[in-house]
Amino acid sequence: MSVGIIMLVHTALARAEQVARHWAAAGCPVVIHVDKAVPRKTYAAFSASLADIPDVKLCVRHRCEWGTWGIVAGAQSASELMLKSFPDVRHVYLASGACLPLRPVQELIDYLDSRPRTDFIESATTADVPWTVGGLDHERFTMRFPFSWKKHRYLFDRYVLLQRRIGYKRRIPNGILPHMGSQWWCLTRQTLSAILEDPERATYDRYFSKVWIPDESYFQTLARQYSTNIESRSLTLSKFDFQGKPHIFYDDHLQLLRRSDCFVARKIWPHADRLYDAFLTDSAGAMKRTEPNPGKIDRIFAKAVERRTRGRPGLYMQGRWPNDGWDNGMTSSKYSVFEGFSDLFEDFESWLGKATGARVHGHLYGPEQVEYHGGQNIINGALSDSAAIRDYNPKGFLTNLIWNTRGERQCFQFGPRDNQDISWDLAKDPNAQISVISGAWAVPLFFSNKNFAEIRAEAARLQRIESQHLDVLRSPYSKARIRIWSMAEFIEAPMEPLQTIIDEIGPKNMRRLAEAPKMVDLSGFGQFLQNLKNQGMHPYLMGDFPVTNDKNLAPRKSRKPYLVQ
Amino acid sequence: MGALQSYRLRVQRRRWRIRAFRKRRELNSIADRTKHIRRGDILVFSTLRNEKIRLPFFLKYYRDIGVNHFFIVDNGSTDGSAEYLADQPDVSLWHTESGYKRARFGVDWLNWLQMRYADGHWALVVDPDEFLVYPFCDTRPLRALTDWLDASSIKSFSAMLLDMYPKGRIDAEPYQAGQDPLQIANWFDSGNYTITKNKIFGNLWIQGGPRQRVFFPDKPAKAPALNKIPLVKWDRKYAYVSSTHMLLPRGLNLVYDEWGGEKASGVLLHTKFLDTFTAKAAEELERKQHYAASVEYKAYAETLQDDPELWCKWSEKYINWRQLEILGLMSKGNWA
Repeated sequence: MSVGIIMLVHTALARAEQVARHWAAAGCPVVIHVDKAVPRKTYAAFSASLADIPDVKLCVRHRCEWGTWGIVAGAQSASELMLKSFPDVRHVYLASGACLPLRPVQELIDYLDSRPRTDFIESATTADVPWTVGGLDHERFTMRFPFSWKKHRYLFDRYVLLQRRIGYKRRIPNGILPHMGSQWWCLTRQTLSAILEDPERATYDRYFSKVWIPDESYFQTLARQYSTNIESRSLTLSKFDFQGKPHIFYDDHLQLLRRSDCFVARKIWPHADRLYDAFLTDSAGAMKRTEPNPGKIDRIFAKAVERRTRGRPGLYMQGRWPNDGWDNGMTSSKYSVFEGFSDLFEDFESWLGKATGARVHGHLYGPEQVEYHGGQNIINGALSDSAAIRDYNPKGFLTNLIWNTRGERQCFQFGPRDNQDISWDLAKDPNAQISVISGAWAVPLFFSNKNFAEIRAEAARLQRIESQHLDVLRSPYSKARIRIWSMAEFIEAPMEPLQTIIDEIGPKNMRRLAEAPKMVDLSGFGQFLQNLKNQGMHPYLMGDFPVTNDKNLAPRKSRKPYLVQ
Repeated sequence: MGALQSYRLRVQRRRWRIRAFRKRRELNSIADRTKHIRRGDILVFSTLRNEKIRLPFFLKYYRDIGVNHFFIVDNGSTDGSAEYLADQPDVSLWHTESGYKRARFGVDWLNWLQMRYADGHWALVVDPDEFLVYPFCDTRPLRALTDWLDASSIKSFSAMLLDMYPKGRIDAEPYQAGQDPLQIANWFDSGNYTITKNKIFGNLWIQGGPRQRVFFPDKPAKAPALNKIPLVKWDRKYAYVSSTHMLLPRGLNLVYDEWGGEKASGVLLHTKFLDTFTAKAAEELERKQHYAASVEYKAYAETLQDDPELWCKWSEKYINWRQLEILGLMSKGNWA
């Protein structure tokens, strides 16, 4: 009879009774505090159902609203009754009605027997804890909180604000240093009685009754005054979500809880029959004797918090629709955009695919249809090649494509003939690697068999569009990895920029480029540009091409890598 | 959102509620078992017409996940749906011959029944061909979800409509009464959904899927909306505005996180595309009781007559909710 259990109960009384019986059967006396909000009839029935166990007692009821003093008052009353009625009790364990012992009670008794002077209570100074929610950490000790957070949030918030404005501060009595921690503790008779019989208790009670969430600080602070040996951790496994609400355990957590090695877990869903059946049996003794280690379950719950607060970057769905700038990255992974390359090189797409192993699409934003890799008309995620569907939501199309092909680098061609609505999104996306050979759109015109007047008009149109696009890329808002060459600049030494781009795409591809893509025959291009100029159109994005320079500018096939390792 | 806008929406909500109240006259009670409803029961609301073949599995599916009572409006069935439903111990049945369209596609009728019976309950509004999948639905009953939502002070739960279809012709395998339709229609489009936000009501508007891909490749804007908020902790003062796509007050439409995180959400598996569909489409085209002059059914009729296949190489075969969560169609949020 060395361990006594205090249970704070407010709902699911049948489960509480079941757990109380389990404790009592193992020889632990139980004192139960039932919330005053429980109707009298229900309470009477509960009380009657426990009447047959001599070591289970009910204490005076207080009203327990979350975040208020009632919970502490309940724990105090129950503790007093426990210490008075069961003089053999050495450790008092505070649990709730939704707590479930995970290991045989005898193990807990043995564990505490071998640590007769240790108080298990999580207790840290406010400066050191990250888990305060709502920004009230130290302030919860220096302000007054007469309004209910749950029922009168507006008044609560206004009153906090008011106190902040006028700089109101309460005095902390006797210079005690406030500590906080899990409200589920296990204290020795010595410490607990010292707290309850303190001559200053009335002062402390008066002070803490106006503190915000005193059940996380009353015992945690006062235990520091009296305990000779505090072990600052809770023996109860309890996980909290990002709003400070406890996670709930269900039947499918059974294996997880078996591996937790904690003595007690909270909180359990009242209808989790399998958990109650599995842990409230005598034969549950098959579990190994090790130090409690809640760390094992941490991962799964930390992930849940991460998912709720950060989400999966690049995913837009019914439960995730971030405001501008809150998306943690517009797309889910890196991709490359090539502008002008497929105009300048005959076989650029297949060459790029070979050189990088990435999936190389044509003009995804092409005017007639979406040009997927290999001429497919549908792609991962059942994305259609319909230009109308794509143009209905150009950004959604891109984020879907990148999300659907997670794990595979995507590259695509882009140019002034394409739908420009995606321009800003590309420029602002840090995952985009955009390489531009400006003015290369003139090459297909140069080869086209159109009337010169049409060519001139088209050239003017494309130049205007590309020029606007380049302004976007060069704007201070752009976050993409952007490289821009004029066409004249690029064909001077095409291998060097290509090598840089390829290196950035595939870190695994450490070899130097052996083969360059085949450049189109540009003889006569200079004259073509001059003709445009003569017609009054001024092509400038491609840089300076000498009119007479009619020698073949394409790199020779046998060209050696530009750098010898 | 200015005060004026707020006020307008409030007026609009009142209008829908008054309309629902007036439409109550169109409903004749056939079987009223509402006195069996207990506090905290989970309720299903549904409107249907000639769905008898689907009903056995529909009722079983929702009973198995823990629904306690069904409220069904029978809109003039002629196939014995009403007789079948009237015999079920947990079904309350109403009958009407009035226009589905005039009742804003059934919304008015259900708004009325919910106003009357669902106050304080979790209410799920689904069609007989829609099956709710939520996180952990294979191991936790629906009550686990609603309890968790209650504990988290969440009042509405989103479940996007996911169109399911068979591989091959949709009329290849006949559906039998009592059969799980997902045995036949077990493929879906996994990643072609796009979203815009409705600035006035605050809800997301999701379009895409096989219907947009096959029926509306040239007019994507006409593709049906897939966003749904079918599960709501109902209050007398609430009202669905358009199907279950959006509600008032608008706070209930905020089922998504705006700061980068993910809120818990589910999926409604939509098993419309079975062999029964062709006949249904022909009939609905005749009745002209569906949305936007039945534009959907017209498109279906045009496309599906020659080649009734929705399946494509990149269709995904349905396994379970975890698959849907990995694909990003739904999320566990912070429920673990």
